[in-house]
Amino acid sequence: MSTDVKEKEVAIQEKEPLFSAKNRKLITDPLDAKNPITVQVLGICSALAVTVQLKPALVMAISVIAVMAFSSLFISLLRNTIPARIRIIVQLAVVATAVTLVNEVLKAYAYDVSKQLSVFVGLIITNCIVMGRLEAFALANKPWPSVLDAIGNGLGYGVILVIVAFFRELLGSGSLFGYKVFEAIGLSYPGNGLMMIPAGAAITLGIVIWVQRWRNGYVEEA
Amino acid sequence: MDLFGLAIRSVFVENMIFAYFLGMCSYLAVSKKVKTAVGLGLAVTFVLGITAPLNWLIYEFILKEGALKWTGIEALASVDLSFLTFIVFIAVIAAFVQLLEMIIEKVSPSLYAALGIFLPLIAVNCSILGGGLFMISKEFNFAEASVYGISSGFGWFLAVVALAAIRERLKYSNVPAPLRGLGITFILVGLMALGFLSFAGF
Repeated sequence: MSTDVKEKEVAIQEKEPLFSAKNRKLITDPLDAKNPITVQVLGICSALAVTVQLKPALVMAISVIAVMAFSSLFISLLRNTIPARIRIIVQLAVVATAVTLVNEVLKAYAYDVSKQLSVFVGLIITNCIVMGRLEAFALANKPWPSVLDAIGNGLGYGVILVIVAFFRELLGSGSLFGYKVFEAIGLSYPGNGLMMIPAGAAITLGIVIWVQRWRNGYVEEA
Repeated sequence: MDLFGLAIRSVFVENMIFAYFLGMCSYLAVSKKVKTAVGLGLAVTFVLGITAPLNWLIYEFILKEGALKWTGIEALASVDLSFLTFIVFIAVIAAFVQLLEMIIEKVSPSLYAALGIFLPLIAVNCSILGGGLFMISKEFNFAEASVYGISSGFGWFLAVVALAAIRERLKYSNVPAPLRGLGITFILVGLMALGFLSFAGF
């Protein structure tokens, strides 16, 4: 067992330049200080619509990460051949291809969740995070940092999605992943309609933003 | 479905912003001033009003399972191209927005100057693609799709202008520092969504 761990460590050390401090920052920055949802204000649409329960939120987060990594990789590989004037359409075409793939995979392996997410899988195409990162990062950087940046931003998006979904499902229907938490510890919970409706999502997200900015001291000029 | 009822429903009850949160990125970005909000709102209504029926025609006659029957070619009769929906819809929307931009620039430079920066933004506005996808999943006919496009665009217009008006006033209030900007705007949107919920008859 211990030799296994050692071998892994050696392997990581050999690949060290892949995860240099700069590259690590690409992943960790979007989680907090440059969070795509709460700081960059990108990709709000789906963040609110799919967070009634944890499960669809998690599936959505994973789908977005997959789409972002795929399209960042390809845009970054093509970055020197894309004419600047039609780059938006090229980006849309690449993203739409990735989303189509994800949608077909979801339909095949997670049909229930795919039904629940309905049009929101398709709407990943117009999710501003994807386009925003392609424009701001992948068009000007090498493939590997672009993929890391995409995964980092996808994770930052996913974290907020899961936090909002956690509170909405817990307070809204008293369960987590469909498991009745309050009843399991012997309490009854009547449920809270506010958290189930879209308005609850906006208010929860507002409070999440409040707490996060209070913690890291980011203040927006009014 | 009765068309007037559908229009009222998509403006108030199933409002793009307050019921589905579609087009939130540009909604938050341009709702600082009423004037710009009106400009973008009109542009969204127009583009949604045109692309919804346009995409309906494309879906009905090209993409849907068995849609190619009208060509009369045996081999095409059972083709199902609906997996191409996303790519085709987004291409139609992006192309239409590009076309619109060129036409407006040529015909009315003053309108172009007023709308100019918002037009390219519309291609990536979720409410446009969302409108198209909802129209498919709700199985509308052509008339319904047209009415749905225009009225949900108008609902978006209403929402963005209302929020902009409130945010203009918000400048004079003393909001706690970490809540300033995005945070308070979200809570505002939540409260407005609660208000709009009453149209559903709760």
